[in-house]
Amino acid sequence: MSNVLTENKKNSVSLSTEPIVKYLDVKKSFGDTHVLKGINLEIRPGEKIAVIGPSGSGKTTIIRMLMTLEEPTSGDIIVNGKNLWKMEKNGQLVKANEKHIREVRGDIGMVFQHFNLFPHMTILENCMAAPIHVKKENKDEVRERSIKMLERVGLGTKLDFYPSQLSGGQKQRVAMARALVMRPKIMLFDEVTSALDPELVGEVLEVIRDIAENDDMAMVLVTHEMEFALDIADKVLFLDQGVIAEQGTANEVLVDSKNERVQSFLKRFRKA
Amino acid sequence: MGDNFRWETFFDALPIVLQGLGVTVGLTFACFGFALLFGFVWIFFRRIPNKLIVSIVTWVMEFIRSTPPLVQLFFVYYALPVVPVIGVTLEPFTCAILAIGIHYSTYIGEIYRSGIESVDKGQWEASIALNFSTMDKWRRIILPQAIPPTIPMLGNYFIIMFKEVPLASIIGVTGILAMANSYGALNFAYLEPLTIVGIIFLLLSYPSSILIKKLEVKMNTRFDKNVLLEKAKKKSIPDMNLKESDRIV
Amino acid sequence: MIIISAIIEITPQLLRGLGITISVLLASAIIAYIVAFVAGLSRVSNNVILNKATGVYVEVFRGTSLIVQLFWLYYAIPMLFGIQLGSNWWTGVIAIGLNYGAYLSEVVRGSILAVDKGQTEAAIALNMSRYQRMRLIILPQAVRMMLPEFGNYTIQIMKATSLVSLIGMRDILYYGDIMRSTNLSQAPLIYVIVLFIYFILALPFIWLTRKGETIAKKGVVS
Repeated sequence: MSNVLTENKKNSVSLSTEPIVKYLDVKKSFGDTHVLKGINLEIRPGEKIAVIGPSGSGKTTIIRMLMTLEEPTSGDIIVNGKNLWKMEKNGQLVKANEKHIREVRGDIGMVFQHFNLFPHMTILENCMAAPIHVKKENKDEVRERSIKMLERVGLGTKLDFYPSQLSGGQKQRVAMARALVMRPKIMLFDEVTSALDPELVGEVLEVIRDIAENDDMAMVLVTHEMEFALDIADKVLFLDQGVIAEQGTANEVLVDSKNERVQSFLKRFRKA
Repeated sequence: MGDNFRWETFFDALPIVLQGLGVTVGLTFACFGFALLFGFVWIFFRRIPNKLIVSIVTWVMEFIRSTPPLVQLFFVYYALPVVPVIGVTLEPFTCAILAIGIHYSTYIGEIYRSGIESVDKGQWEASIALNFSTMDKWRRIILPQAIPPTIPMLGNYFIIMFKEVPLASIIGVTGILAMANSYGALNFAYLEPLTIVGIIFLLLSYPSSILIKKLEVKMNTRFDKNVLLEKAKKKSIPDMNLKESDRIV
Repeated sequence: MIIISAIIEITPQLLRGLGITISVLLASAIIAYIVAFVAGLSRVSNNVILNKATGVYVEVFRGTSLIVQLFWLYYAIPMLFGIQLGSNWWTGVIAIGLNYGAYLSEVVRGSILAVDKGQTEAAIALNMSRYQRMRLIILPQAVRMMLPEFGNYTIQIMKATSLVSLIGMRDILYYGDIMRSTNLSQAPLIYVIVLFIYFILALPFIWLTRKGETIAKKGVVS
């Protein structure tokens, strides 16, 4: 662990660039449960962020709101200078309609814990569906790009397979290829290894590492793979009880932090 | 009433009863088609994000489903023509389509709903994450998964409706049951023509139900690894690269 | 106001048929339940003859239409047995009971087969006899699963009782038809009231079915 922490970041992001995403005092409650109690966060182009923290701390909710899978109770999320959940109408800020949301979330991609591949399509069709129908791109070009992407994640020989014929690790690699062919500027990873058998975790992490090192998109990883996340992350967020309890570089959060909760969380983790 | 079952009468009645078969089968298809369409109406109203509308529609469906189709048929046939303002007189055949069709559309609507609800929540989320439009989401992701599992259930309702259609003989639709009854009235021999009607129903519905059971197995295993493997073997698609080792039992 | 007084006038007339509707409902439901368990258990028995014979009964009654069976029995019972079987009431009850007994036997069979195999194995490991396994282990679990379907089919039976008006029984629908034939302009109101009476009769079973669904879920989750 220690050698990972002291290693220098290969591709640090200059902090001078404008953030691509801004969370402004975002709160979220489900009924009486306040999951997020005011999140302020900036994501810069190309930045790799790891979100860690105990389960139930609201980690997943943060990225689900950015993907528009949950609506914030209050606060704003700004993507590329546009308010994700609100739009202007007759000079007033109102709840965004479908058209506005689709326009703003176009730069965001997501990989899910349970893959969510489309079972009625082959893996190649899974990759091709969105670029063709959502972005209206040329079919042949999309096919070529999708095949290349599936080759990149090591599934170039299984193009005509259906998801049910693949292992969990393979499914998750397809899911990543599917998100990548959409060329998002921000990729969200929601505990992508949690549903996998331990022996399949490695192959998926390799793909993420490959993306982190070779693609210039921003990434937000919600994860329990602590060492791995810290290894590739420029910034670490420690979330606890609905607030960002600590944030900074891996070193700052994990070595220097005096925060008691961070300490006890890490202690439990190191033991495991 | 006649004395005993006589084969002579049986074969005498057979061609006459069979004359009604076209009407019975045609009415079944008409009722089923109408129920398939009207089932969408229920689904549409139940997806309106308004609790009041949804609960009213739910109770209307429950009402139609829990009351006898025979009474509903009588309502359409006898009562609808004298309803003020909207009253219309309809042919018996049309009355039967309306009454039986709407009655079973409440079941069909439930089947549609179960099909839609059977689609994993993750599929809706993935469609959002890939930024599909509402139209594309339904057309390319949700419906292709929601419809196949409902096909056997819909098939079952087709058979159920086939057996319900003879109700229409009461208001004078000349299907096989009406033909049998009129033969009985003319010749004072009911048992033989009614036996023919029973046999016709059995001959048509039993094989169909077996067919539907097979269809059900097929639909449930359509993405099953081993089934896909067999398919690939038959077609011998070189692309598939399927090895015996890919088979997971 | 006119409508209300019409309702007050019509409803008691219709309710004269309530006794027949309810008695046919109860009797045919009881017959259907008994037949369902006898036939359902026969369908899972090792006795090949019993199994096949019951299979034929189930397929014949499910494969033909209830209204056809009703008419057939109406003419066949006196002829086959050479006696008037008492009344049309019995004809109606037997037809409905046997028809839905066939459907419900499939529910019984399905639920028994749906009980986890491990339960049978555990019972064998405890050295229970076949009969003990069925009575103590399998059936109590299967019955929970059956409840919603039994509720649903009881509503179907209730709806089917309206058919006995076609063989001359004086049930609710019979009185409705009589009133309609003498006063056609009131037909819409008459049939709407008839429908509401049937719906009120269905309500307890709708409620029981929903209750049964929660019980069934509890029983299945392990």
